Amino acid sequence: MRVFEWKLAVYRRVWKANVLTSLLQPLLYLLAMGLGVGALVNKNGGSARLLGGVPYIAFVAPGLLATTAMMVGAIESLWPVHDAMKWGRQYEAMSATPLEPADIVLAHVLWLMFRTGTAAAAVAAAMALFPDVRSWGLVAAIPAAMLSGVALGMPLSAWAVSREREMSFPLIQRFIIVPLFLFGGAFFPLSQLPIGIRIIGYISPLWHGVEMCRSWVSGTHMTALAAVGHVTYLTVFVVVGSVYMRRLAKDRLFA
Amino acid sequence: MSIGRDYGGSLTQTAEFGQLLCWVSSCGMTVGDQASASAGAPVAPLIHASGLRKQFGDFVAVDGIDFDVQPGEAFGFLGPNGAGKSSTMRMIGCTSPTSGGTLQLFGLDPATDGPAIRRRLGVVPQMDSLDNELTVEENLVIYGRYFDLSRAEARRRAKELLDFVQLTDRATSRVEPLSGGMKRRVTIARSLINQPDLLLLDEPTTGLDPQARHILWDRLYRLKQQGVTLVLTTHYMDEAEQLCDRLVVMDAGKIVAQGSPRQLIDEHATREVLELRFRAGSNEENVQYASGVGDRHEVLPDRILVYAHNGDEALAKAIANGAQPESALVRRSTLEDVFLRLTGRTLVE
Ligand SMILES: Nc1ncnc2c1ncn2[C@@H]1O[C@H](COP(=O)(O)OP(=O)(O)OP(=O)(O)O)[C@@H](O)[C@H]1O
Ligand SMILES: [Mg+2]
Repeated sequence: MRVFEWKLAVYRRVWKANVLTSLLQPLLYLLAMGLGVGALVNKNGGSARLLGGVPYIAFVAPGLLATTAMMVGAIESLWPVHDAMKWGRQYEAMSATPLEPADIVLAHVLWLMFRTGTAAAAVAAAMALFPDVRSWGLVAAIPAAMLSGVALGMPLSAWAVSREREMSFPLIQRFIIVPLFLFGGAFFPLSQLPIGIRIIGYISPLWHGVEMCRSWVSGTHMTALAAVGHVTYLTVFVVVGSVYMRRLAKDRLFA
Repeated sequence: MSIGRDYGGSLTQTAEFGQLLCWVSSCGMTVGDQASASAGAPVAPLIHASGLRKQFGDFVAVDGIDFDVQPGEAFGFLGPNGAGKSSTMRMIGCTSPTSGGTLQLFGLDPATDGPAIRRRLGVVPQMDSLDNELTVEENLVIYGRYFDLSRAEARRRAKELLDFVQLTDRATSRVEPLSGGMKRRVTIARSLINQPDLLLLDEPTTGLDPQARHILWDRLYRLKQQGVTLVLTTHYMDEAEQLCDRLVVMDAGKIVAQGSPRQLIDEHATREVLELRFRAGSNEENVQYASGVGDRHEVLPDRILVYAHNGDEALAKAIANGAQPESALVRRSTLEDVFLRLTGRTLVE
């Protein structure tokens, strides 16, 4: 909790700019996707055939909740974590206090929850402006999106905390995060894809988040079992990532 | 606290800070009082190390060292780069597990009581670890929070400490643009926020200009006067002489000598040193004039050192021998000479 305060204190310096972009960006995006791409998809009858009759905006907008959380989770995990470990030495400073690596990791989980949660909330706020996707399900979708963001963030944080250099980070971004983002079922149904690529979607934390968001927002049915399955899958990512981050941080700070 | 613009430490400032430091040194006091009460019983050391080792893979960084640090003293590790000073400090700071031997702080074992010990330590690491994005004050307050201080208490102490390190007027500026010496002072202030029983300083003034070093020494000297136990590392002999009551000389992971600066000089060097400089590259042919005129001599790349009780006499003898130095200088022996004697090398290469 104390470590979380440190992140907040740093964040306080940039939050105003941040709030504006996190609101504006989804708005522009929803306009472009919903009206632009949507017009294309809907006109060709694609919406009826592939999306089960919902307009494209109703399909893609809940996905945006999850992708936004995912991107925020990833970005808050690579460079900032590495920086606090190596260049800024904030973690080293903490290691000289009664704090232990577990405190640092816990604070980081909280931090990711906060950042992905607020980012998803901003998207939800933007979505509330569009009648096609306005629903109380938006509120429930926020934690679902948040969870998928943290689920991707924690393993990345574990990686970032252990790296001596950050050369691998752009590669991770290009070859891991972007594919997970594109093939996570946010922009088109996974059924569109050949099975080989579809697998990427199923293992991606994003897809599990997208499925839940879409179900909550559209009010379509998802079995309790499926919901529990998604949540469990994502929670495993969070837990495993946290355990590794703690161990790797400890190896490095207490060498 | 009175208006903090009064630099150089007005009386009120010092007095009020003294109160703060009474807590800082409270542990030292207690231990000391107990000792004097039970007349003659040995004082429990704050730090006890015997056969202490640190190994990184196959490499032995600290090779079985023994030392005790008593409450209230200023204890130093003097040694060149790579001697193992930081490795030792990190073990004392409970951020690095020992690879062998015994280490106890406040009678506790770092392996099992790390967080409890760290709660009572102030640490100034070799490399500053301040958050550049935050203000000076925020750095202190947030650090205080890691020690479970309430926000109000952390803020109160931060104010006092910034006053003490004479940075009150920079409290709300970001850390980033501060000079190296100022950052160092912020780090020292930060390390005092939990009113530690023991302050660890790893090369507190390395890389600073002379003026900044003197400001820091002055602050550390005040802390020492207040009874704070200091443990510091340095590769500057003047720093060791100025600040340390007692020190150990480290080289290649081992302790090669220990004692007070005075003792070390008396034991391992003569009272005075004659420095002779000859034409570049002619040391070898001139060494004959230096031999025998003092107790012993040492040939360095750029000069010949003659160790003698009386340097002027030694110079007279050398000249009588036929020496024609380009320059000659007589000075008192320093820890530098002690180190040279013990290791055959100079401290700062
Ligand atoms: N984490 C580490 N892994 C491997 N070797 C290390 C590690 N830390 C220190 N060393 C090695 O141990 C030796 C002692 O290092 P240490 O930092 O303790 O020296 P020092 O006396 O503090 O020197 P300096 O004056 O340069 O700070 C050095 O040779 C260093 O390379
Ligand atoms: Mg060092």
